[in-house]
Amino acid sequence: MSAKKLVVVFVLAALLAGSGLASARVQIDFWMSMSGQLGETVEALVQKFNESQDEYEVRAFFRGAYAESMTAAIAAYRAGNPPHILQVYEVGTVTMLLSGAVYPVYQLMEDYGMDINWDDFIPAVLGYYLHDGKLYSLPFNSSTPILYYNKDIFAAAGLDPERPPQTWQELEEVSRKVLEAGAARYGFTTGWPCGYLLENTLAWHGVPFATLNNGFDGLEAELLLNEGFALEHMERLAKWHEEDIFRYGGRGDAANWIFLGGDAAMMIHSSALIGTMKQSGLNWGATYLPHYGDPYPKTNTIVGGATLWVMKGHSPEEYRGVAEFLKFVSQPEQQAWWHQQTGYVPISIPASELLEAQGHFEREPYQKIAIEQLNWSEPTPITRGIRLGNFLEVRNVIEGEMENIFGGRTSVKEGMDNAVQKGNELLKEFAEMYQ
Amino acid sequence: MSQVTFKNKWLPYLLVLPQIVITVVFVFWPAFTSLRMAFYRTSPFGDRVFFVGWQNFQRLLQSREYLASLRITLFFAGCVTFFGVVISLGIALLLNQSLRGLPFYRTAILWPYGIALPVAGILWMFLFHPNFGLIPYWLRGIIDFDFDWILNADAAMLIIIVTAVWTNLGYNVAFFLAGLQSIPGSLVEAALVDGATSFKAVRHVTIPLLWPTTFFLIVMNLIYALFNTFGLVDAITKGGPGRATEILIYKAYNDGIISLNLGSSAAQSVILMITAILLTVFQFRFMERKVSY
Repeated sequence: MSAKKLVVVFVLAALLAGSGLASARVQIDFWMSMSGQLGETVEALVQKFNESQDEYEVRAFFRGAYAESMTAAIAAYRAGNPPHILQVYEVGTVTMLLSGAVYPVYQLMEDYGMDINWDDFIPAVLGYYLHDGKLYSLPFNSSTPILYYNKDIFAAAGLDPERPPQTWQELEEVSRKVLEAGAARYGFTTGWPCGYLLENTLAWHGVPFATLNNGFDGLEAELLLNEGFALEHMERLAKWHEEDIFRYGGRGDAANWIFLGGDAAMMIHSSALIGTMKQSGLNWGATYLPHYGDPYPKTNTIVGGATLWVMKGHSPEEYRGVAEFLKFVSQPEQQAWWHQQTGYVPISIPASELLEAQGHFEREPYQKIAIEQLNWSEPTPITRGIRLGNFLEVRNVIEGEMENIFGGRTSVKEGMDNAVQKGNELLKEFAEMYQ
Repeated sequence: MSQVTFKNKWLPYLLVLPQIVITVVFVFWPAFTSLRMAFYRTSPFGDRVFFVGWQNFQRLLQSREYLASLRITLFFAGCVTFFGVVISLGIALLLNQSLRGLPFYRTAILWPYGIALPVAGILWMFLFHPNFGLIPYWLRGIIDFDFDWILNADAAMLIIIVTAVWTNLGYNVAFFLAGLQSIPGSLVEAALVDGATSFKAVRHVTIPLLWPTTFFLIVMNLIYALFNTFGLVDAITKGGPGRATEILIYKAYNDGIISLNLGSSAAQSVILMITAILLTVFQFRFMERKVSY
């Protein structure tokens, strides 16, 4: 072939290839923090969306745990290259809201004409995430803490495996019986100590965690943990710790193994762990988070988990794809599927109704516990959630002092006083930044 | 040492260029950025930036947590260096004889040094985790002792010291062996012939002669304990319980990446950087001078 013909062939081939590229899908980057079985489920959901249409392709990336992926997103944003969608945990809400780096979800859906009925989301979720009456991020994986228990240990201790404790008093009695019978090393343990023992327990009893309606009314909020209900509860927990009724097993998910390994009869942990429980081989059961009863009302627990935020800095074409994806993910069928695969709560009322109609809750009664707890009563200004700046750091301070208390290095009062003082300093620093 | 000459004037620069580029991009540039950031307070997403002069540094030096972290770090570094050097000297002395299977022992001692520190941390974490580790399980069963570094600050400090020393043994032993082998055997023999016990021979002959190696290893272990052990702490205790094992380098990470207080973290990095520079300069100056016997 002559050189001229070769060039012609080359150019034609390039044009063909180029046109092939031109008809390729718009890429949308979704940074999430789910790994293991949860991560696979997210990828499956993304796959479903990609297969349902041919204009957009969403790619899910696991960017580490919530704290790390948020830092990575911040770095990416500062470098001018943020992802389209970022999964951020509930404690990052204030940081995201004030960042100036997000495209509010309600705005996005409006701008691209997506039909979403915001009232379909359950009140507990709306209560937590609404800002000025609008949703700035899309609720995605929400859960709440419940009480898991080991039926075999109950039976070995002579307790009825179908009657788990409902009150903290009953929890103490059950623990003592378990310890006396030598059926387990500890009565109960907990994951995410600050989140479950303080944040959710206080909300469940209608007690405020911080002033200014748990921070919803302003950045000058201060913690209320070294007095009243919170202090009494901590003192009781400290006493129980000395008797092995309660065992502090570490932050986050560190304590899971105490329960999964059969060393504790009960564990307070996220409803999202139901999937893990099923795979664990334990003869497990679940019930509501314990409540002291009178004189405290039974209100509702707080949504934990994460939401999907949309970052600024992309083209309208890409944003249309983002809007389509968010709409897809919010459909009752998808939410019902997501819930069945994971144990995260179905966050819209139509999704719940769909599951009900399918008889899902008859087959899986434990999945209903979390939904009932979240919907137990209409959220009040102090039970809808907690909105504090520097919340992650505040939680770390509180859990650090908990470790000092349960480790016997400080008294309860001293520990909680330190936690409140240091926590308030952090809150003030954050407020100064955003004056 | 004879000077190497290149025929091509540009070749040496070209050969060194990749390393220089990497060093500039991954070391100098972040270092200068840190230096600059230490004088600002920024919001996480960078939308609000305030120049605050020395305030980040002032707050650090007045902060209870920072001073506690300083104390913890000095204790940790001191223990890792002391035990690291002493134990590896003992092992090196033992390995400096003709034993059967010597190559095996030497390889076995050197091996842990090849493990990346975070991996070593994970290994020890799995072995010693109070909730699912094998060793605490045995300890509880056999002698009813509760080894729990999630609640007990001393246990937490112990495990990170032990893991840090263990991982670095190979490095220390290798240098000590090399040092020992450069000491003429005739000197020790002479001492033994003069009636010294082997212990006295080691103490009065070997160890003084080993001083250059020992000094070098002390500084290297200090640098190792101060700056390289981040991955270790992150794998095991993450600075806990409370902040009992939050060494300075871990605190810089915690405050920056987890708590998103980038200004304070940068200030801490600057202080650490100055410390590292001082240590290195100190070592080079000292090594230059002839150590007297």
